[in-house]
Amino acid sequence: MNGAEGLYRPGTSPLHRSAPQAKLTALVALTFAVVATPREAVWAFGVYAVLLAALFALARVPIGWIASRSLIEAPFLLLALAFPFLAGGETIQWGFLELSVEGLWAGWNLIAKATLGVWAALLLAATTPVAGLLAGLSRLRCPQILLQITAFAIRYAHLTAAEVAQMRRARLARLDDPRFLWQAGALARSLGVVFIRSFERGERVWQAMAARGYTGRLPLDVSPAGAGLGQWSAAMAAPALAAGVAVWTAVGA
Amino acid sequence: MSELALHIPNGIIGIPTSLVFGLIAAIVVGVCVVAARRGLDERLVPLAGLATAFIFAAQMLNFPVAAGVSGHLLGGALAAALLGPWLGVLCVTVVIGVQALLFADGGVTALGMNVVNMAVISTFVAYGVIALALKILGRTRTGLTAAVFAASVAGVVAASAGFVLEFAIGGEAPQSLGEVAGAILSVHVLIGVGEGLITAVAVTAVALTRPDLVYALRGSRLLGTSLEKETV
Repeated sequence: MNGAEGLYRPGTSPLHRSAPQAKLTALVALTFAVVATPREAVWAFGVYAVLLAALFALARVPIGWIASRSLIEAPFLLLALAFPFLAGGETIQWGFLELSVEGLWAGWNLIAKATLGVWAALLLAATTPVAGLLAGLSRLRCPQILLQITAFAIRYAHLTAAEVAQMRRARLARLDDPRFLWQAGALARSLGVVFIRSFERGERVWQAMAARGYTGRLPLDVSPAGAGLGQWSAAMAAPALAAGVAVWTAVGA
Repeated sequence: MSELALHIPNGIIGIPTSLVFGLIAAIVVGVCVVAARRGLDERLVPLAGLATAFIFAAQMLNFPVAAGVSGHLLGGALAAALLGPWLGVLCVTVVIGVQALLFADGGVTALGMNVVNMAVISTFVAYGVIALALKILGRTRTGLTAAVFAASVAGVVAASAGFVLEFAIGGEAPQSLGEVAGAILSVHVLIGVGEGLITAVAVTAVALTRPDLVYALRGSRLLGTSLEKETV
């Protein structure tokens, strides 16, 4: 993980320029619409997928990138594939396999909703820099203290990660051969060292901040410009469409 | 040690349950902010920030367990032992939030449940077990190692039990609860043992050099360790 910038892909598309608070709200609304859609409405999930694909194209995010980042949900896809074999009830014959109808629906439900959720989150992560995301959360009244902790954590995460990598390299250079369970001891002890270094760095950072007059509040102007009606309506168009489809399927079903 | 039942994605638990757990998560995290600020006041932001960066680094330590399977720490017990329950919950919450928004790991609708399981339940249970075990076993090196090990196992299993509870309330999958509970809890006992070994050695290593940084010891050093050893 590139600690400082997340999955952000720099660009100038309309999605990149859109206000982060509007994009965050849109992500949450879209995800809830997807989850609320009844699983039998297969066509609705097709509409959502096309919608997200169009937005990815608009943001110029390559398909390969989406596919490799989507692997994060792989454990759950395995779980979904197991459902048809584990669930009971009515079964259908497919080749020599006997599959549970209820299990097939449940597996489809999980695959469709989890995948669309990951795609929507990837779209936000790809088009919004970390600072923008924090600013957007701040506009949405997320508690400042959590945002400040997050900002510090992201700023220093790449340093701590580099320290871990450096220690591992140093161990390898000294003929350590990290394998299977035998590496656990060395790994754990370096973790302890990294903790001490992180905490001491935290104290040094605090002292430096205190020396510059820090009294518990950051004087930073973290709140970004507000988004106009145009920005909001543009960002909310996709989730509004999805919500419409979700309501349609819920009423129709 | 993959995170099978943790980082719940969208679509496995229904919306009403998700919203209720979102509310619970928000309340508990709010209480933790107040409590952590009481202990650290203006040092809270930089120290919690760096501690969170450390949890990130700990989770990034991917190490091959067997062919094709690699594991990483969940960090609840680590955070509880070193940072205490309040700060620990805050740090793990931030990690989960960042993973959901920046790395698409864990569903947006399941954010509240993920925070309740991995940050709140896991950290509080782990801290409770450490505090209790240290009283029983004594503040020795072996005592601390055993306490942290037990706490990690308990924390991971309790977090997965949280998932089982949420699944029982609002699950959208067909298996009977018994099957789910059995499979998930047994897998997580194994995960917990792995997590426990690493966490116990890591916390003991910190306790030997900087016992003042181990929240669970509350500033006192381990019995039976000489000063010489501490300055190593």
